[in-house]
Amino acid sequence: MDLYEYQGRDVFEKHGLPVLGGGVAATPEEARTIAERLGKSVVVKAQVKVGGRGKAGGVKLAATPAEAYDRASDILGMDIKGHTVHKVMLAETADIAEEYYFSYLLDRANRTFLCIASVAGGMEIEQVAHEAPDKVVKRPIDATVGVTPEIAREIVTAGQFPAEVADQVADIAVKLWQTFVAEDATLVEVNPLAKTAEGKVLCLDAKVTLDENAGFRHPDHEALEDKSAVDPLEQAAKAKDLNYVKLDGEVGIIGNGAGLVMSTLDVVAYAGEEFGGVKPANFLDIGGGASAEVMANGLEIVLSDPAVKSVFVNVFGGITACDAVANGILQALTLLGERGENVTKPLVVRLDGNNAEAGRAILDGANNPLVERVDTMDGAAKRAAELAAVGA
Amino acid sequence: MTMAIWLTKDSKVIVQGMTGSEGSKHTRRMLKAGTNIVGGVNPRKAGTTVSFAEGEAGKHSDGTEVPVFATVADAMAATGANVSVIFVPPAHTKAAVIDAIDAGIELAVVITEGVPVHDSASFWAYNVAKGGQTRIIGPNCPGIASPGASNAGIIPADITGSGRIGLVSKSGTLTYQMMFELSDIGFSTCVGIGGDPVIGTTHIDALAAFQEDPETDAIVMIGEIGGDAEERAAEFIKANVTKPVVGYIAGFTAPPGKTMGHAGAIISGSSGTAEAKKTALEAAGVKVGKTPSETARLMREIMGR
Repeated sequence: MDLYEYQGRDVFEKHGLPVLGGGVAATPEEARTIAERLGKSVVVKAQVKVGGRGKAGGVKLAATPAEAYDRASDILGMDIKGHTVHKVMLAETADIAEEYYFSYLLDRANRTFLCIASVAGGMEIEQVAHEAPDKVVKRPIDATVGVTPEIAREIVTAGQFPAEVADQVADIAVKLWQTFVAEDATLVEVNPLAKTAEGKVLCLDAKVTLDENAGFRHPDHEALEDKSAVDPLEQAAKAKDLNYVKLDGEVGIIGNGAGLVMSTLDVVAYAGEEFGGVKPANFLDIGGGASAEVMANGLEIVLSDPAVKSVFVNVFGGITACDAVANGILQALTLLGERGENVTKPLVVRLDGNNAEAGRAILDGANNPLVERVDTMDGAAKRAAELAAVGA
Repeated sequence: MTMAIWLTKDSKVIVQGMTGSEGSKHTRRMLKAGTNIVGGVNPRKAGTTVSFAEGEAGKHSDGTEVPVFATVADAMAATGANVSVIFVPPAHTKAAVIDAIDAGIELAVVITEGVPVHDSASFWAYNVAKGGQTRIIGPNCPGIASPGASNAGIIPADITGSGRIGLVSKSGTLTYQMMFELSDIGFSTCVGIGGDPVIGTTHIDALAAFQEDPETDAIVMIGEIGGDAEERAAEFIKANVTKPVVGYIAGFTAPPGKTMGHAGAIISGSSGTAEAKKTALEAAGVKVGKTPSETARLMREIMGR
């Protein structure tokens, strides 16, 4: 989960990192109030989870609370690379003398953590790495050792940070690592890490990504999720513990296992090329033990998507037995009827693997006009795409 | 000579978390598949035994009695175990893996889904610091099966028989699908390496082992979006693998920035796309199927079946 800058700032502050005073506003009135509280000139920053907001006009200075009101009015509601601005952060301004870069992140390829630091901050670090690779230090961090004051000092030296800021940067390096670990983050990035004219080093931006798998030890992280930015269907699916991602096609997809479902999306998209370009409408993995209730919940979500014209249920019975899945589908349709849903969209079902024959026989025996059985993944994808094209 | 990598009919297997609901269910299945399960680990139930009698519970008392030990080291000392399968819940997975590493077990198969990546990175670093004598598979994986010999994890044992194809995959159900499609030819070993961002065994590790295995003739490699493991595997294949490799990548239609089920299956910016992985594999001479069925067909051509 990516945090907004204002949330990242709060996380940094909680862990003792030097940040400037600030607040977040959803209306120009709130922005004015915060500017009054801060009592000095402020910077008004669009809160979007995408880079390049400065160039897009999403970052403006305001000398007075009245100006903060105006700048917030300008920025709220703006579209930045497809992201609508719903909130602005107001922060004290700083007289910046130098801009640095500092981050910790997960290095998947090397199965370790990585520190990236540079005295050339304020711009994309990829660009710095490309143009002036000698100005970027990359140092693997051993998870069992962490960032000790000695390691922090080594990073500062390797990064050629000026002597007058070395102590401050080393202290930030240690605290930022502690933040990274304590919050189960996969990224903490400070860009810019700025030196003010008075020689103080401050974190002027905060980019934080949290590991959702670690949610069980961070009950406070749930409140950081921006529910308003989540697709309503994705939100409904999450409430039912379903692994669902909304896409923009017409063929609803239900399958078991993340890899198989991803593969199903691809196969449907290929098949759709023959039928006017119909595409998968969603990703939905109902997992290993597909009970009738889980199937019903999944079908309910997928069928409630108005864009869906047909549904492809693709199950490979590994541990799950296909007869149980077949019964689950039929019970799910009954259950949806009882819930008052009027199910009219056709379902194409492919069952293979454990007890596939029995599962197919159950579907055939039910003789439900909405349920069509096709026994190969490619064939079923084609049929589901065809039905979606006809229904569209 | 054994027809397998890492897991053979001689493997002595223990189960960490055997007394939990998932652990006991799958221990029963593994026993049924012929796996030599010699013990379980649960510090609170050490000294007891668990019965995995055939048939309904209570009907037979002549079934397999599996002893429970406090630690992996105790279990190894008492039974000579060399493989551990871990079903311990996410909050305790790290401690369980470290217990296995401390005991110096050869192979630790971590089935648990939802392990925080800091914990995985931490036990991985711990293993490296200890000299890397434990091979870790997973987390968030279906395990490893050498059909007809042994089965460590949750891969259904009856999909396929033994044969001469090696399979390495990030995905569980795609593993099963491929085993099923090529069940008449059979497999030496099927390894599900898992879909987490940090995993103990990579495509490259499995490719290297299959290349060395005299009883494996050809390799199927299944990948998915996220990270660059497939690209690095392609480089490895180009330089080191002489056996034919057929590939499949899932997630061509996945949008960037969205996690697709597996914690590691996410396109970040322009990196981790299926297209880039396919291109890299093809450049290394790997035939990449467009669908699982086409991938199976490509393997059939290679095997002449």
